Amino acid sequence: MLAADLDATFAALADPTRRAILDRLARGPATVGELARPFTMSQPAISRHLKVLEEAGLIARERDAQRRPCRLEPAPLAEIATWLDSYRELWEARHRRLDALLDALQAPDPKDDRR
Amino acid sequence: MTGPARTIVTTPSDRTVAISRVFAAPRRLVFEAHIRPELVLRWMWGPDGWPLVECTIDARVGGRFRYVWRHVEKGDMVMRGGFREIVAPERIVHTELFDEDWTGGETVVTTLFEERDGRTSVTATVLYASRAARDGALRSGMTDGWSQALDRLEALLPALDRG
Repeated sequence: MLAADLDATFAALADPTRRAILDRLARGPATVGELARPFTMSQPAISRHLKVLEEAGLIARERDAQRRPCRLEPAPLAEIATWLDSYRELWEARHRRLDALLDALQAPDPKDDRR
Repeated sequence: MTGPARTIVTTPSDRTVAISRVFAAPRRLVFEAHIRPELVLRWMWGPDGWPLVECTIDARVGGRFRYVWRHVEKGDMVMRGGFREIVAPERIVHTELFDEDWTGGETVVTTLFEERDGRTSVTATVLYASRAARDGALRSGMTDGWSQALDRLEALLPALDRG
């Protein structure tokens, strides 16, 4: 994926309303009206968010159908998940070592006469 | 019983990455493990093959720290920074910068420690200098970033091909 596309993807994901729209679309396609319903926001405002998501390649809209339902395009999200995974793997390894250290620090000391 | 603890990585805003984890230990202990050098040395390692071998920490506001990770073949990786806030055992705000800067400038890390029922959740939020810097650091990934800093990227490219 091109760097510019990825910038657009991250910019699109930076907004909580747009993330909520993607959450909804993860459960299946929906029309603008259906997407606007949970938000205290006008359909034109929702449409502006959808335009950003569409330009970032995160959603696609049916061109022909009258209701033009939106659906999720998973590829860019999968790409980002891959980056986050490599970052997470480093921290997971650190945290497993920290778990072991914390266990050792909390283990009763046999020389300790409190018990 | 809950399953094994999970490390959660998210991007809360366009310049940040947040790393969260719950530990089965009281907050005071988890906090100490973040600022006492002899404890930090035991867990804050780099990617595979990069143990942390030197660690000096002056844990007070305005104090500095220095970490050295060492690979047997590739040499040393050095990160330095300073403390902006230390509120034991709740909160640390510090800066970080690798000598071979691959994170697009200094980052500011806010670490929060919260205890509930004897367990401690730790959330570290890393603020990058810009969205491009954050995306670049994520895109290269920590492992690639370390390699790149050592100017070995070319040799590693076949192995790093994510297809």
